[in-house]
Amino acid sequence: MNAIIESRNLKLWYGDHQVLKSISMEIPEHEITALIGPSGCGKSTFLKTLNRMNDLVGNVRITGEVNYNGKNIYSPEVDVTKLRREIGMVFQKPNPFPMSIYENVAYGPKTHGIRSKTELDGIVEESLKASALWEEVKDRLKTSALGLSGGQQQRLCIARAISVHPSVILMDESTASLDPVSTGKIEDLLMELKSQYTVIMVTHNMQQAVRISDRCAFFLMGELVESGSTEQLFAKPQDKRTEAYITGRFG
Amino acid sequence: MKSKIQKFFVMLSAGITFAALLFLIAYILIKGIPNLKLSLFTWKYTSENVSMLPAIINTIYMTVLVLVIAVPLGIFSAIFMVEYAKKRNPLINVIRLTTETLSGIPSIVYGLFGMLFFVTALKWGLSLLAGAFTLSIMVLPSIMRTTEEALKAVPDSYREASFGLGAGKLRTVFCIVLPAAVPGILSGIILAIGRIVGETAALVYTAGTVAETADSIFDSGRTLAVHMYNLSSEGLHVNESYATAVVLLVLVAAINMLSGFVARCLDGGTK
Ligand SMILES: Nc1ncnc2c1ncn2[C@@H]1O[C@H](COP(=O)(O)OP(=O)(O)O)[C@@H](O)[C@H]1O
Ligand SMILES: [Mg+2]
Repeated sequence: MNAIIESRNLKLWYGDHQVLKSISMEIPEHEITALIGPSGCGKSTFLKTLNRMNDLVGNVRITGEVNYNGKNIYSPEVDVTKLRREIGMVFQKPNPFPMSIYENVAYGPKTHGIRSKTELDGIVEESLKASALWEEVKDRLKTSALGLSGGQQQRLCIARAISVHPSVILMDESTASLDPVSTGKIEDLLMELKSQYTVIMVTHNMQQAVRISDRCAFFLMGELVESGSTEQLFAKPQDKRTEAYITGRFG
Repeated sequence: MKSKIQKFFVMLSAGITFAALLFLIAYILIKGIPNLKLSLFTWKYTSENVSMLPAIINTIYMTVLVLVIAVPLGIFSAIFMVEYAKKRNPLINVIRLTTETLSGIPSIVYGLFGMLFFVTALKWGLSLLAGAFTLSIMVLPSIMRTTEEALKAVPDSYREASFGLGAGKLRTVFCIVLPAAVPGILSGIILAIGRIVGETAALVYTAGTVAETADSIFDSGRTLAVHMYNLSSEGLHVNESYATAVVLLVLVAAINMLSGFVARCLDGGTK
């Protein structure tokens, strides 16, 4: 197993409130890792530590390490901009910018200095194709992204994340606000994307974790209770609490 | 019964307000329109033709000048307040208190300050520049306030998405947040234009009352509202002052309508 991200004794406090309690976990490359657990157990918080989106929240204290390709992303010399380019994020609610579809996808590459029109055109097309949205929007790239349906908007957000060629994509319950058809489309999409990207997704939906994830990690009140291959974790959970959770006894 | 009485008074108040407005407008239009003559729009002002064209041109100069000074200042301070300053920064409260106090001061006081500071102390004399700086201080709070509100109304999810792509603070603020806030900012600016165009008290002692088109920003010149004030206070050209009032009224009404229209247009463009 080749771990692209590894957290070691990661602890996090919001003020005095400890939200992550010594999380140590390895995330293998080119696989889908699902983070499951009841609401408020720290899944989103953990996800956000992986590309330092927690930097945006005031009053956060973090100890321990998160190593990306063997380097601690919390060491002072790390360029957060570059890190977030490599570890992209798709949020729970679709949040396209209030601009055209084209501009939404081109924003990331432009941020990182790509100016040539033909190059941008290429990236936009390639990203929209990769997120299975191209056929639906190719004739209206100049229209506002806010006119798309929720599911289309979320695939646009995936295209936007892909546009800067990350190696890891973090997804925080990114299908939770979508209808089953859109959710299905995005799940299919993820299965395709994992040959090129490492995907880490938070999900509330057990079936979804079983359907598409290779590995699974169960969080409970800020602790990582158990992690392993999805198959094993659902068939033979090692911990009583995991078993209770996946059989639906709480959460 | 009680609700009937309430309803009656509500309707009555609304009726009085509307009637007063209607009366005012009708009165000005009826008195003014017959007096609108071509000679009022001649290029050169003389005491016979009392042309308002120089004043209209001065008004445009003044408006542009004030906006050039106040809009960047207002927008940048609002950006600082909303995007950069820490929530508990004591500076924020000081600035907020200052701007709130500023917006409550009567405009004649601005005029006095402008006269003492820009005209006298800085030796700019009665000039468009002195008037423009005075008005800038006057409209700055409202531009700041509307910009702040517009920036705060931009969802954090846009900021998150931008940061998540590796964009820095500067790029996020100027390429994502600011464009999304443009409709709100614009309606604030247009409101400010309305105040500039309608202002007299703050201008009489700072920009002066010279009735000719100003040659430069260091020249004195009266705006349309000041022009009208002068005509009616001199008492020699009451009819012409009504005609001027019509033009001013139409101008301000047009600006207000433009504000609503622009906001709707821009909103429609993004939604
Ligand atoms: N910005 C924040 N400031 C303070 N507490 C927070 C913040 N974000 C989350 N929390 C708290 O951290 C805990 C974990 O939250 P979260 O990571 O969002 O859980 P999950 O995604 O698993 O539902 C919760 O108790 C929540 O109230
Ligand atoms: Mg969450």
